[in-house]
Amino acid sequence: METEKPEYVDFAVTARKYKTLLTTKYKNRKQWINPSPYDIQSIIPGTILEIFIKEGDIVKEGEPLLILEAMKMQNRIEMPFTARIKKINVEVGVRIPKDSLMIELEAVDVE
Amino acid sequence: MTLKKNILALRQKKAIVEKGGGDKAIEKQVAMGKMTARDRILALLDANSFHEYDLFVEHEERNFGMDDKVLAGDGVITGTGTMNGTPICIYAQDFTVMGGSLGLKHARKITKIMDHALKMKVPCIGINDSGGARIQEGIGALAGYGEIFYRNTMASGVIPQISVILGPCAGGAVYSPALTDFVFVVENISKMFITGPNVIETVLGEKISQEDLGGARVHAEITGNAHFYALSEMECIEQIKELVSLIPHSNQEKAASVEPKEPSFKKNIENIIPADPKQPYDVREVIHALTDDSKFLEVHELWAANIVIGFGRLNGETIGFVANQPLYLAGVLDCDASDKAARFIRYCDAFNIPIVTLEDMPGYLPGVDQEHAGVIRHGAKMLYAYSEATVPKITVILRKAYGGGYIAMNSRHLGADFMLAWPSAEIAVMGPEGAANIIFRKEIMEAEDEDAMRQQKVQEYIEKFANPYVAASKGYIDAVIEPLETRDMLLHALEVSKNKDDFRPAKKHGIPPF
Repeated sequence: METEKPEYVDFAVTARKYKTLLTTKYKNRKQWINPSPYDIQSIIPGTILEIFIKEGDIVKEGEPLLILEAMKMQNRIEMPFTARIKKINVEVGVRIPKDSLMIELEAVDVE
Repeated sequence: MTLKKNILALRQKKAIVEKGGGDKAIEKQVAMGKMTARDRILALLDANSFHEYDLFVEHEERNFGMDDKVLAGDGVITGTGTMNGTPICIYAQDFTVMGGSLGLKHARKITKIMDHALKMKVPCIGINDSGGARIQEGIGALAGYGEIFYRNTMASGVIPQISVILGPCAGGAVYSPALTDFVFVVENISKMFITGPNVIETVLGEKISQEDLGGARVHAEITGNAHFYALSEMECIEQIKELVSLIPHSNQEKAASVEPKEPSFKKNIENIIPADPKQPYDVREVIHALTDDSKFLEVHELWAANIVIGFGRLNGETIGFVANQPLYLAGVLDCDASDKAARFIRYCDAFNIPIVTLEDMPGYLPGVDQEHAGVIRHGAKMLYAYSEATVPKITVILRKAYGGGYIAMNSRHLGADFMLAWPSAEIAVMGPEGAANIIFRKEIMEAEDEDAMRQQKVQEYIEKFANPYVAASKGYIDAVIEPLETRDMLLHALEVSKNKDDFRPAKKHGIPPF
């Protein structure tokens, strides 16, 4: 069993660092990214069926942005809050994976 | 006129059905690197011990051109036999017969042998090698799966149930293995998934190979669906035989005891663990230093490697070991480790196998991914499993026992029968650095040299609290022992707890945080 010494890494648990090995699953884990409210991401993979808005539009909260067809369901993606459409990264007919950035928003002054 | 003619006719009839899907299909099976269903059964069981049931069962489907299709044994071989003398019920799906697809009669052959196993109180082994539901039979195939799952659940905790995945096992079929106690997989042969790569690509546009989606290695290392991983069918068969030799035939029995043996492990147990609690080592060496003949059958070797579980013998009796593994992820508890240990503890408890816990862990793994993956819910499973278990429960604290993890690792407070600690044990609410930072925050902040003050306070904390004697002074630890005394203490503890009787309030069943 005593072959060459494995490559131990520093592994922090609370205030102390331990020498240890990492598992494959740990190495491949997804890093958490704080989601921006201005990014509209797909919560499920699917196909863009229809887009109701264009770049530069000011869209009110609750208005439809697009239809994302996934698992034979037509999901209506709505505006989370009133804002301007900064960029549309998808087009009709395109199949997108989960967590892809579909639409970017920017803040507007609303009276 | 004798019966000779009838006997010859029977032999002929048998010979045809025993060929399964015929020579061509068998050739194909072998070309895929797989054994035939019959050869698998014969390799698992003692020579000449297999007795087949329901060889002549036929399907009753009349639609989709099935009325003139003859399927040998309806694609599954069932029967009884012995494995190293242990009586066994067994079934093996025959991929050479219509892809081993499951129709109602196929399923009924399986449920019949399962009912038999449950009644006779013997282990049931299922070999899966099937393309899935026989679509022509429609709802009949679904009914068949459901009837199998129901029996898997009824037999759970009563007789050992073992699933061997030696081919595809997809869709609903995966849930029978998932409900059983132990799942065996073989590299390049086993494939398990709910929805296969084709469906995933059509529906979602995600491209992935069968192997990457649900191959043997994936289930052994990533999902934890498989408990044992082998490189060949023959290695897998040896693993099954070893496991069966270590577990009881039913929950009404104890595992067979064998001639006791001293450990053969060469390294001195005192020299395995580094004194510096930040340095790693392989906790399996400690297990080897304790068990009879230093033998240990590890379960879930690749999945959640930060905790080690498996079976070994002490004084000839089967013991379940649960041990933190500082070699991986510093031996922390996380979602997978808690899940892995909890199910094993419940297995041992259901089948009258005493549990020895070896503890050396710095706490729970911090991180957003862990919290969001439900480490609260998963971690609670372990508390539940240890508290619920009534088999003898012995803990040896080797080194670190910090915080919530100390409670979780079969502490006195969860009902441990014996709490032992090595002199190297550090039983504390958290690691010394963390504790000193909180308790002496003011002193450290106000000091001229913060680092020097922190070091001093950490040192003070280590001297006062990072030892087994505070816990021992409160009676939470029964004895502080030298490492060399450990095996003798374990043997003694097991001897003392032979007639252990522990009561639980009457209930239909508990509600563990599944």
